[in-house]
Amino acid sequence: MDDFLPRALAGGIGVALAAGPLGTFVVWRRMAYFGDALAHSGLLGVALGALLGVNPQWGVTGICLLMALTLALLQRQRRLATDTLLGLLAHTTLSLGLVGLAFLETVRVDLVGYLFGDILAISVVDLYWIWGGTLLALATLTALWRPLLAATVHEELARVEGVPVFRVQLAFMLLIAIVIAVAMKVVGILLITSLLIIPAAAARRFARSPEGMAALASVLGCAAIGIGLWASLRWDTPAGPSVVVAAAALFILGHALPGSART
Amino acid sequence: MAAECLLRVENIGFAIRGHSILHEVSVQVAAGEIVALIGPNGAGKSTLVRIALGLLAPDYGRVWRKPGLRIGYMPQRLTVDDTLPLTVQRFVTLGSPASRERVQAALAEVGAEPVLNTPVQRISSGEMQRVLLARTLLREPDVLVLDEPIQGVDLNGQYELYDLISGLRQRRGCGILMVSHELHLVMAATDQVLCLNRHVCCSGHPDHVARDPAYQALFGLDGARRLAIYHHRHDHRHDLHGAVVPEEVDAHG
Repeated sequence: MDDFLPRALAGGIGVALAAGPLGTFVVWRRMAYFGDALAHSGLLGVALGALLGVNPQWGVTGICLLMALTLALLQRQRRLATDTLLGLLAHTTLSLGLVGLAFLETVRVDLVGYLFGDILAISVVDLYWIWGGTLLALATLTALWRPLLAATVHEELARVEGVPVFRVQLAFMLLIAIVIAVAMKVVGILLITSLLIIPAAAARRFARSPEGMAALASVLGCAAIGIGLWASLRWDTPAGPSVVVAAAALFILGHALPGSART
Repeated sequence: MAAECLLRVENIGFAIRGHSILHEVSVQVAAGEIVALIGPNGAGKSTLVRIALGLLAPDYGRVWRKPGLRIGYMPQRLTVDDTLPLTVQRFVTLGSPASRERVQAALAEVGAEPVLNTPVQRISSGEMQRVLLARTLLREPDVLVLDEPIQGVDLNGQYELYDLISGLRQRRGCGILMVSHELHLVMAATDQVLCLNRHVCCSGHPDHVARDPAYQALFGLDGARRLAIYHHRHDHRHDLHGAVVPEEVDAHG
């Protein structure tokens, strides 16, 4: 029972490593709300997992991937603006999840744990999920890096230059879905986007290249995990929110430092 | 002109929700040829360009691109989000990997060498146009598609850019399709002008188009006169440098 701390650190760092580079793209592409929408659908996955009697992580991952796919396809239509679409799906799936859980009377679900994370309760199986998802996401993102960057700068120019933009963007959205699904245990549905956005935003000020910004975002994310966990133990505060507060503190500290190179 | 045809759009039509944007429009670009698309706002110029590039599919008609055609595209507007740290050097190699020497050479060719290491958000709009042009050159294009290349550039810069573009045609022998809404700034070096207003109003050599009643009806005599004046100015340059163009094109095949 005393090794819960190493497990929490290993899980948190795993998530932060993948969230850094993915988060930089989320910032560049202005997809923060997309991440939020995926996370909101996670609870529906929990309900689904409970209904099917499998590890809820299967349900969460499946629903997040399905949600990403749906959004990618729906974004191609022009009837509804993307933010309307995201809001619609995010809150519908969150509510469906809550309603679904209410029907499952025999299943006890730690709702607060899912909403705000339960990093101190990370199990060995959870670690497999997190590191599997992280390594998959980092490997795929490395392969996608160049075309995704080109498509981020200018979609049509990238298409003329031969980038299969839709497929690259779809793959990126699925990667976010995977990372969000495995990160739920660490900071919870309501706070996941912060782990993508805040380290990346904090890294911007010091970065001179896209790769530098991604790497620094990973480092800052890991630091936030460490500081947050330490603070949580020291003052007995909830771990997930403590990590997010630590990340925000790093962001503010970075912007308060004088004379850093903002390119 | 026996130059090889690179890109052909034949009798295409395009409508958005039943609202016709382009009707029975054809245009083609051959190697070493400069084709200019002019027309008022909303005439469908950019739509036509996007169809020629394959970014949009026409409702009817045919688009043919020479197999293996390498296109250099310069979009109308390009701003890079402030959150993305990107130097000019990185930006121009996003489309095709290139050594630092090649990047320097391409930037030198368009007169934008000093901004090599500058963040792409910090350069002026005139420099951005040149940088975009350099990015297209790194692809060794057979055809350049330029959507309002002189937009946001001051008058002197506009002349320079036009000289640069016609120089590229001479040096590299590539075909050029460009959009312009600045009617009086159609280059004399242009071989073909296509005057577009959802359909082709008139087309042909700049001289011919300027005198066409359809063109004068669309832009008024004032616009017509300005086209003629600018054209006349450039006649001189054409005599000085332009005379060698046909031979060069033939020499390159």
